[in-house]
Formats: sequence, C-alpha cells, structure tokens
Amino acid sequence: MAEIIKRSKPLAVNPLKASQPLGAALAFLGIRNSIPMLHGSQGCTAFGKVFFVRHFREPIPLQTTAMDQMSAIMSADENVIEGLRVLCEKNRPEMIGLPTTGLSETQGADMRRLVRTFRDRHPQFAATAVVPVNTPDYSGCLETGFALALEAVIDVMVPQSALAGRRKKQVNVLCASMLTPGDTEAIKEWIEGFGLRPVLLPDIGDSLDGHLVDAENTPLTLGGTPANEIAHMGESVATLVIGRSLRKAADLLKERSGVPDHRFDHLLGLEACDAFTLALSQISGRPVPARIDRQRAQLQDAMVDTHFMTGFLRVAPAADPDLLVALGQFFAGVGAEIVAAVATVRAAVLADMPAAAVSIGDLEDLERGALAQRAQLIVCNAHAAPAAQRLGIPLLRAGFPQYDRVGGYTRTWVGYRGARQALFDVANLFLENHHDIPVHRSVFWAGTARDQEVRPASGAGLVGR
Amino acid sequence: MKTKQSEVSVQANVHPGGRYAGAKAAELAELLDEPACVHNKKDKSGCAKTKPGATAGGCSFDGAQIALLPIADVAHIVHGPIACAGSSWDNRGTRSSGPTLYRTGMSTDLTEQDIIMGRGEKRLFHAVKQAIDDYSPAAVFIYSTCVPALIGDDIAAVARAASEQWGTPVIPVDCAGFYGTKNLGNRIAGEAMFRHVIGTREPDPVPESAMARLGPGIAVHDVNLIGEYNIAGEFWHVAPLFDELGLRIIGSLSGDARFHEVQTMHRAEASMVVCAKALLNVARKLETDYGVPFFEGSFYGISDTSQAFRDFARMLDDAGLAARTEAMIAREEARIRELLAPWAERLQGKRVLLYTGGVKSWSVVSALQDLGMTVVATGTKKSTEEDKARIREIMGDDATMITDGSPAALLQAFKDYRADILIAGGRNLYTALKARIPFLDINQEREFGYAGYEGMLELVRQLALTLEAPVWGHVRRPAPWALHKAAGEPLTAAQEA
Repeated sequence: MAEIIKRSKPLAVNPLKASQPLGAALAFLGIRNSIPMLHGSQGCTAFGKVFFVRHFREPIPLQTTAMDQMSAIMSADENVIEGLRVLCEKNRPEMIGLPTTGLSETQGADMRRLVRTFRDRHPQFAATAVVPVNTPDYSGCLETGFALALEAVIDVMVPQSALAGRRKKQVNVLCASMLTPGDTEAIKEWIEGFGLRPVLLPDIGDSLDGHLVDAENTPLTLGGTPANEIAHMGESVATLVIGRSLRKAADLLKERSGVPDHRFDHLLGLEACDAFTLALSQISGRPVPARIDRQRAQLQDAMVDTHFMTGFLRVAPAADPDLLVALGQFFAGVGAEIVAAVATVRAAVLADMPAAAVSIGDLEDLERGALAQRAQLIVCNAHAAPAAQRLGIPLLRAGFPQYDRVGGYTRTWVGYRGARQALFDVANLFLENHHDIPVHRSVFWAGTARDQEVRPASGAGLVGR
Repeated sequence: MKTKQSEVSVQANVHPGGRYAGAKAAELAELLDEPACVHNKKDKSGCAKTKPGATAGGCSFDGAQIALLPIADVAHIVHGPIACAGSSWDNRGTRSSGPTLYRTGMSTDLTEQDIIMGRGEKRLFHAVKQAIDDYSPAAVFIYSTCVPALIGDDIAAVARAASEQWGTPVIPVDCAGFYGTKNLGNRIAGEAMFRHVIGTREPDPVPESAMARLGPGIAVHDVNLIGEYNIAGEFWHVAPLFDELGLRIIGSLSGDARFHEVQTMHRAEASMVVCAKALLNVARKLETDYGVPFFEGSFYGISDTSQAFRDFARMLDDAGLAARTEAMIAREEARIRELLAPWAERLQGKRVLLYTGGVKSWSVVSALQDLGMTVVATGTKKSTEEDKARIREIMGDDATMITDGSPAALLQAFKDYRADILIAGGRNLYTALKARIPFLDINQEREFGYAGYEGMLELVRQLALTLEAPVWGHVRRPAPWALHKAAGEPLTAAQEA
C-alpha cells in the first residue's frame, strides 16, 4: 500500500494538474449536440479552449458566462440566464453543461436555482437539457471535475425507473477521464464483439476522435452520447464502470435505475483486460470470440518479448489518480519498478498504487524524484518533456495535455492490442535510449593516432545503469 | 599515416602468400588442420562436414566477417550479390571508441549482368576506389563470397592492383560461404590477418605521460588480445585494469581494434586467446613465427577474470607485475563480491540450462556457480575436448552435456532437468519465449556487457530480471474463461505437477 505524501511546499513548480472545470467541460464534450459553458470570467474558458484545441487538434465548442467586474461583485446570476438563453437561441443544443469555476464558486453562485429561474423565464427552451455542476478550480483536478460532471448528467438526464434489463443487449459504460477517444472506440468494439450494444457516457471517441464532416462550422459537439440514449440508460442489462473516480456517478446511476454494475479501476494490461472480457462473456452469455483470444495471445507474446526491456525498468509516472494507478499496475505487471510517482490530488485509489509512495505534487516533484531514484523512463503529459530532457531519459506521453504530438490524444491504451502497443513503445524507448558501457580510453593512447580520432557521440544519460 | 600506408601495401603485396587466385584446396586443408586445436585428434572434429537439412549456424563468409568487422577504421567491402552483406551488415553488438566506419555496410551488390559478363572484378576495383575516396579508411578489406568464388573473380589480384593504384592497403579475405563453417571462416580471417597485416608495422613508443602515470619502476608490457570482440562495449569493464597494471594492448583481434594496431601484433610479449577458439591459428603462428607465447582465458566470471590477469603476470615473468596483479585482484574481488551479495541471494539455487555458442561453456559455468546457481546441463556442441574436460572438472563427472541444440531437444532438456532459466545464444531466444521460459542471451548480438568483474553486476541483473519477471505468471495462466484449457501450461509447472 503506497504511502501518500502530502503537498508540503507553497509553490507549485511546473504544474501537473489541470483544473476541475476543464474536466467537467471534457465530460460534456462527449455528449452529442451539446456545448459546455463555464460560469466564470472569459479567461477560464479561453484557456480551457486552447488547452483542448491544442490537445485534440480540433475546434472545441466551449462558452463562457463572461463575468466581468460588475457581475463579479454585484451578481452574475443574469450572466448565466442570459448565456443559456443565447446558446439555446443560436444553436438549439440538446444539452448545455454548466460547470462553475473558482470565481463563481467564491462568489457563491447557486446553480440549481439559476437553472430553475431560466426554465421559468424561457419555457420555450425546455428541450435543451441544462446540467449544472459545482467544479471549483481550487479543489480536485481534471479527473474529479469530469466525474462530477458525469454524476450531474445522470442526475439531470436519467430518470428514476425500474426498467432495468428491458433492453436485453444494451450495456451502459461509464468512462472516466483517463480514457482517450481511441480507448472508447476500442471499448465499443470489444463490447460489440459479444453481440452487445454499448451506450458510452460520455463518448468522447464519437465527438473528439478527429473526423472531417460536411459542415464547415459546427458550434456544438459533432458526436458523443445522444441525450435520448442517456435517458434510456435505465433499461440496460448492465453498467460497466471504468475508473474509480466514477464511483459516485456509478452509485447514482444504480440508485436511479437498478441496473447492476461491474466496476473496473482501469483496462490496462492483461489482467484488467481479462476481467473485462470475462464480465462481457457473463453479461452476454456468449463465449469469448476467437478474435479476442487471439489478441490476448498476441499480448502475452509481446509481454514475453519485451520483458527484457520492461523488467526492472525504473519508471516515474505522474498523472491524475485513476490514470496513475492504471499506469502503475500496468508497468508493475511487466516487471517494471515504480520508483517515483506523483498524483495531482488525493484519491482512495492511490492506496493501490504499486509503489512505496505517491507524492501529491507537481512536475518539479516528479523531476526530483526521478533524479533521486535514477528513473529510466518518465510517463506523463507533454509538460514533462523538458524535465525528461534535463534528466536525459525518455518520456512516454500519457494524460492531458499532449501538445507536442499529433495523434497522442487518440492513442489506444486499453484492450489487449492497446497494451501490446504500449509495451512495444516502452521497449522501443528503452532501446533507443540504451546507455552503452562508457568508453575506456587507455593511457597508452596518448599522442597516438587514437588521440586524433573523431569519437562517436557518447550516449550520456541515465538509462541502462 | 600516408607513407606508412603505402609501405604497408607494398609489403602486403610482396608477401609470398599474397599471390593466389581463390583459395586453393591445399590452403583450405591446412586451415582445417589446426595443430593447437584439440579436435584435431579426433575423427569427428568440430570442423566436420555440415549435414543438409539439419544444419544451423553460419558459413565461412559469416565467420570471417564477424571476426574482422570490429576493426573499426577499416572499410569492409563484401564482394558479392546483395544477399551476403544485405542480410548481415551492422548486425553485431561490437563497439568502437572512435571510428564507426565498420558499421557502414559496403557491398559490390553484384547484378546478373556483372556475373554473366564477368564485370565483378571491375566493379570491385571501382568499389574500393569509392570506399577510399569517400571514407578515407585505414585499409580496405575485401570479403569474397560464393558467387565471385564460383565465377573465378581474382580478389587477390584486385586487392593488389587497388592497393598499388590508390596507396591504401587492400586486404583480400577469401571466404566464400561454401568453403565451410563459420568456424573455418574465423580461421580464414585470422590467416588473412597473419598473411597480409600482422608484422607490417612497428608499434608506437609508449607515451611518456602513460609512464609517468604508472609511476617509476613499473615496466610496461605489450600484449595482444585474440578473439575478444568488445560486445556491447563489455571490454571497457576490463580495460582500465590493463592500464592500471601497465599492460598495453598493442593489438586486438578484433574488439575496438584499429588497422595500424593489428599490424603490430607480432611485437607483443604475450597473447591471450579470449574464449573463441576460432582464431587459435593466429595465436599459434604468432608463437611459432615471432615467439609470442599465448594462453587461453576468459573474462566471464570473477574467477576467470582473475585467472586471466594471473596468467598474464605468469607469462610475462615479472615479479612486480605479479604482486600488483594479486593486489588488484584482491581489491576487485572484494569490491564486486560485496556488490553481488544481495543479488546472489535472489539467484541462489536457481537451476540453469546452458547452451552456448561462441562463449566457452565452462567459462560461464564458473560465473554462474560463483552466484550460487546450479548448472543442470550444458551444451557442448561447439566445445573442444579440453572444454569438456574443464566442464567435468567444474561440474563433476556426471555433468550433463547436451549436443543436440534443436529447439525440441532444448525444451525437453529444460523440462527433464527442471531448469528455471535457459541461457543461450540469440537464435534460441524465441524458442524459449514461445515456451514461456526465462531466458538470457549471451550471444554476440546482445545489448549488455558481461565481461570482467563489473560485467558480473550486469549479468546478475539480467538473470534476476528474466527469472523474476511477473510476465511468466501472466502468460502461463490460462484465460479465466478457459480454465480447463491447457494451452498456457508452462513446462516447469507441468513438471512440478
């Protein structure tokens, strides 16, 4: 059980954390024909928009209640109502997500009351669901904001019912923020392989996978979970919950609908994949397709082939808790050692991190830990690239944001194939950075032809020994 | 450098052995008859004919090329169609402290037209020019292959002409694949070095700065290393100790070697034949022609490393050196044993099946025994009679020796002897992995250096890495939905059950 080391310094240097409203916005971006509107100053949204645009390399629909000096002091209630009205009038979204920010939370905005007021004043927009969620910047992180938003979506959009199992082939999948568009696509195929019909919430693989459409300009999300599918989640035979951060959201869905659920901390690596596959087999009553058995055998082969590189590999990951633990267990499962681990916030799941300790901190903590523990590989978002460079070790990109990679956002980690590719990539990073035994230059070479030789670039770095 | 090189080429050209078109039967027979090799006394020698349909291992070209390729400042031209160089260049783990020319693949890449029209020699001549013009090599080595040998290309004549024309030594290595095994190729390479290179230059004087660092009263001895290939740079684990003792390596065949150093190997006071028996002919001829005595040794394992230095001291007959050698050995052994202790605990009692290629089987055995591991059986297909005697000496009379190296036989042996790990060359790697058993690669393509005291640390790390890898558990367990299926059953588990 990992010891959790609390943040102990006043300054966050090279922050690891992204804020809650961003996570909430991301969750809403996985719902069809929707748009999130952050209740805060316009900067909250502008930064968030750039964050996602650069990560996904996609236009991101994101709006703001644009609080200014006056509304910050006097009241920003009208900003919210006006903002909702404008969005409804202009774009007719099926849903508007309404996360708060540090500013509006500090001011003390009562989001539920504001939504009621909006309903009273503008009944003509009743078709548009409005999902408020309290996501102050000053607590949690992207992962928790995402989870809170999902809980709020269920709260607003899934009616109380007792129709569980009416749609015999339909399964709900609650997807945590660690899942990429590539992951959600893989999960869908996985489930469909058992003749089941998945309803993913949210489905960022459908909205943020990066696909060209005929419309040149789209003010709303281009895909994602349709509102009417969400409304019928209570009729599914089962709910698959991926990510411990979704515990409360899953509790709520179960309470509303009575649909039995199967919970998974993550889907990285052989054991996690096996558990998921087994659950699908049980839910569907079907045998595991030969294709999946083959993929499993391929992963096993890759595990064996790469164990020379992954074994004893000193890894330093940093991420939001769900992803951190997923990565930690994945790496530990192939013989690597988690020598330094940094999480953004505390979470119960961190107790399961296969490491001596997890620091709650920033990338400075990661860099220092990696240096002190002679890490050979950093696994983190793209912000860790300079640190990895200073340490002379490779970086495997995981999490948000990944500015310096095309397609990084859609990497598939889950499933047998995702794990296999991850192993290949880790092994290749190791091979590329393999640190040779240092050259010994003999004292007897002084003044000889050997002295004048052009010497090969030394592979100075921490990798190898 | 320039003048020296032209001198060399002249010398190489007037050498009586230099005039020949293709290997004569008599010369090959002579190479197959290696008086210093123990196999010579038996009918069934290590150089026995290969068996169609049941042969693994490389050809003479392969053997010659790998023996010489580590000479780093040489342009190594493979004369033949692309198959020979195309599938073998840059395929060796040897490391250089300086030039990287040896890693530049060069081939005449003969075409059908070249062969039909007899343009191979001409192409080769121009290829040599191109290599010299573009890469200024210290020398050019030409490796002949099957096709030019069959069509009668006279690579020795081309080498002679090119050498005269461009003033850079050009050395023919007549090593067509069909001449025989890889082992024979090694000897052909050694023979080429002995004929054309060794003895064509005098060593540099010992630098005064080096003398000053060694201190007064300490004599510098010049020595050769034969059959050391600096795989993964592993010799750099050992090289500092040579410096410390005042042993100057004037020439090496061929790890991190330079052409101008190989030229001076006849001036060494002693040679050490490291592991591979294949270049024994060079050591023997250095002894008979130049009076350079040699001994055989290894840098694998603590005891062998120490023994190698003791043998140098003994052979050089220097009491001061012997005393300093003992002091160094005591210091290094104590240091490394302390560092190894925690690892040895983890490896204690683990059972090893050893199937080695180039590395002496007994040499690794002692390294493993140093760690408290049990070697349950060892492969002796490539071992000499002397090696087998050493094995019996180390492992006891009932030592199990395996001669059949086929995958099925190896796996059966692994099962029969309840081994925990297979240590073998790279070609057996995937045999082991497919059978879900831990594996350590000790062949030349490996990425890690195991030589010397320091190398033992890497060895234990790699042993523990594969033995303790959690992936074995994962890949041996059947899928949870197929509990009755036995596909994932590992050999060892089957054995235990």
